[in-house]
Amino acid sequence: MKRPSSTRRRFLAGLLGSTSFWLYSGHDVWAGSLATETHPYTPRYFTPEEWRFLNAACERIFPTDAHGPGARSLGAPEFIDRQMDTPYGHGALWYMSGPFLTAPANLGYQLSLTPRDIYRQGIAGADAYTRQHHDGRGFADLDAQAQTALLKDLEHGEMSLGAVPAHLLFEQLRQNTLEGVFSDPLYGGNKGLAGWTLLGFPGARADFMDWVNQEGAPYPFGPVSISGETA
Amino acid sequence: MNAGKTDAIIIGAGWAGAILAKELTEAGLSVTVLERGDDRATAVEGDYPGSIDELRGAIRHRLFQNLSQTTVTIRNTIGQVAVPYRRLAAFLPGEGVGGAGLHWSGVHFRVAPDDLALRSNVIARYGRNFIPEGMNLQDYDVTYEELEPFFDKAEKVFGTSGEPHTIKGKIAGKGNTFAPDRSDAFPLPAMKDVYSASLFKTAAANVGYHPYSLPAANASAPYTNPYGAQMGPCNFCGYCSGYDCYMYSKASPNVNILPALRQDPKFTLITKAHVLKVNLDSDRKKATGVTYLDLRTNRQVSLDADLVIISAFQFHNVHLMLLSGIGRPYDPIANTGTVGRNFVYQTITTSRAWLPSTHYTNLFVGAGGAGVAIDDFNSMNFDHGPLGFVGGSPVWVNQAGAKPIAAAIGGPGGKAPTWGEGYKDAMVETYRHSLTIDAHGSNMAYRDVYLDLDPTYTDAYAQPLLRMTFTWKDNDIRMNQYVVSRIEPIMKEMGATRYSLAKLETGELFDTRRYQTTHLGGGAVMGADPKTSAVNRYLQSWDVPNVFVIGASAFPQGMGYNPTGMVAALAYWSAYHIRTIYLKNPGPMVQA
Ligand SMILES: Cc1cc2nc3c(=O)[nH]c(=O)nc-3n(C[C@H](O)[C@H](O)[C@H](O)COP(=O)(O)OP(=O)(O)OC[C@H]3O[C@@H](n4cnc5c(N)ncnc54)[C@H](O)[C@@H]3O)c2cc1C
Ligand code: SF4
Repeated sequence: MKRPSSTRRRFLAGLLGSTSFWLYSGHDVWAGSLATETHPYTPRYFTPEEWRFLNAACERIFPTDAHGPGARSLGAPEFIDRQMDTPYGHGALWYMSGPFLTAPANLGYQLSLTPRDIYRQGIAGADAYTRQHHDGRGFADLDAQAQTALLKDLEHGEMSLGAVPAHLLFEQLRQNTLEGVFSDPLYGGNKGLAGWTLLGFPGARADFMDWVNQEGAPYPFGPVSISGETA
Repeated sequence: MNAGKTDAIIIGAGWAGAILAKELTEAGLSVTVLERGDDRATAVEGDYPGSIDELRGAIRHRLFQNLSQTTVTIRNTIGQVAVPYRRLAAFLPGEGVGGAGLHWSGVHFRVAPDDLALRSNVIARYGRNFIPEGMNLQDYDVTYEELEPFFDKAEKVFGTSGEPHTIKGKIAGKGNTFAPDRSDAFPLPAMKDVYSASLFKTAAANVGYHPYSLPAANASAPYTNPYGAQMGPCNFCGYCSGYDCYMYSKASPNVNILPALRQDPKFTLITKAHVLKVNLDSDRKKATGVTYLDLRTNRQVSLDADLVIISAFQFHNVHLMLLSGIGRPYDPIANTGTVGRNFVYQTITTSRAWLPSTHYTNLFVGAGGAGVAIDDFNSMNFDHGPLGFVGGSPVWVNQAGAKPIAAAIGGPGGKAPTWGEGYKDAMVETYRHSLTIDAHGSNMAYRDVYLDLDPTYTDAYAQPLLRMTFTWKDNDIRMNQYVVSRIEPIMKEMGATRYSLAKLETGELFDTRRYQTTHLGGGAVMGADPKTSAVNRYLQSWDVPNVFVIGASAFPQGMGYNPTGMVAALAYWSAYHIRTIYLKNPGPMVQA
């Protein structure tokens, strides 16, 4: 009756030795976004200039601090770059037929831009704006404080980036950064499972029969990934 | 191309379609189910550990409707131009075999009996003037007593876990004291309460409410249903909502009904078959079959049948009726027609309590249908007289398993930052030490809230999109605000260090960017009067009697409860009357 047992057994077997690894191979459509390269990562979609912007922005959104690594060392920029090659990056999950009308914000996204477009046009606009206001220096060359201030301006839409509303670029960055920090390392982010460790999320363990109610005690085990990596 | 003839065509392979297919093949009919999505089986979509993947699952919509092919347009008011729902957010319809029944959560309610005759009950208790101007309050034209055997049957098929209150008039357990009488026990004992739900249970009882463990279509123990389908015990993995259950513990058409159907030679399932319309004869009084697009070959196919069941999910049902010319489209200005009338949804707001840092709520532990609720402010269970609104909300802790991406994007709550400095601190506290309490309430029907065809936008098959005209109304906002105010004493009693109460704000518009629920209803409602209902009490079209329209589209009002228990009971109720009355003498079962 219960079919999961064979894969579940294989999976748990994979956990026994910390070096024993097996690569999960069911993600055919997603192949493009899977992390297989070794470091240093070379971006496939972003240009070198965009890549510097992206790295700096991700790190400000989820900074390195006393709690641990930031988005950059967790691989969020790499995650985002890989996502640009998926149906998502190309806007293929969205209804993208016109006419594209201006409508109240509460009726949702109404532009013809895909995530790839939002980054390409938005980063160019944000960097140009920064150069204008910071003696020709781009976003990545500013200090952390100035970068944060600039992101706040983007967030509140206090500048225009051509076809891309500033807050749209910001929200795209924020969401994708957090996806990169907290998704399975399969996709290039959450390196060392440090995103999950921060929150206390146990990853793919997915069996809490003994932990339904322990009167508020913390869950005792660290995270494990789909490929069997542990923190 | 004409593909010949079958006795019955069923459009959509979700809960409603699977139930009708099972019942009609049992009655000896040849049945063809047309499903526009892919075939799906838990052995594939639920394969562990690949199924335990938040990014691919709920975030990138592995099992949800593909909006790039077809969507709806939405506006708040009649004066606005509707624009497409381009990105999934507010609601998450399913696609593929199992429909949304593959990725639902599993809260499995019956109905509050008073809700079935809400108009009559409100008038009897508070008088006709209590109903606000413009509210289309209506009765279902069916009683709880009539439906009870079908609720019972659905629970046995779903393998529902729960605790009864009374069985055949006798106290039988510590279940919901407001729940109506039952003919039998739940097939399985109630799910265990997770820590946060047990805190809520104690606190709610201490402040004088009547908490109970939610009835859940998550199996609390191994179970074999009447169709021979087997379920394993749920391990609270937290991957119900948005996912296929890898443990075979959450009820789905795929696990609980289709294995039996797939063995039946009278049953044919055609996937990648997008139904374009139901074909009618020249005077539009009889359906002759359907026309569908074979998405593999891109060829149009017509298939003939004596009986057509539209079970494509609430708003797709209405869309298909409008595209086919079944019944008269609703016109809110002239107040004529019924198809698209009484489109309803559900109000929901999620409040949060933070506990001392020594208490871990382990938010990732949970099951989609499990939790603890109170019904003290649902339906007609409290005095609406001094409050001046119609409707109500159950209130609950339904810890379904909070995943990190969704939690992180949602943010720590309260006034904490959603990124940058201070974000991690707040996020860690929220994820480790907080819990949420929902007010999951009714939504009434209004004359200017409805469904029709969009004049501008089309789908990938060149058919007009369905247009939703929807917003929150004062009655429902005030209902939500009142119920949320009743949560505050529970928060205090639970020992929250702080809490934030979320409510609908006066004048707030429906926002398509935020997840609500996928509990949409109405648009092809059941009732006694063909002027105000599209289908009769057996869910048979008043206008085309060999068409039955099954789903939450039949609800005249949005109720406080989750809809699927009611959808399944109505499906069995309708099927029973098709089998015992209609097939013997095809024609209208109720004279208009
Ligand atoms: C995340 C989530 C959680 C939920 N949790 C709960 C819960 O806890 N409790 C509860 O009661 N309810 C819950 N629901 C709601 C529940 O899923 C639905 O009420 C239920 O699935 C409705 O069944 P249905 O048969 O009417 O439609 P569906 O199950 O959606 O099936 C309809 C099928 O018809 C197909 N279809 C549509 N149009 C066409 C066409 N033109 N041609 C061919 N096929 C077509 C669709 O692809 C789909 O497969 C939840 C829903 C979601 C999304
Ligand atoms: S919580 Fe239970 S029912 Fe839900 S997916 Fe996990 S095992 Fe299945």
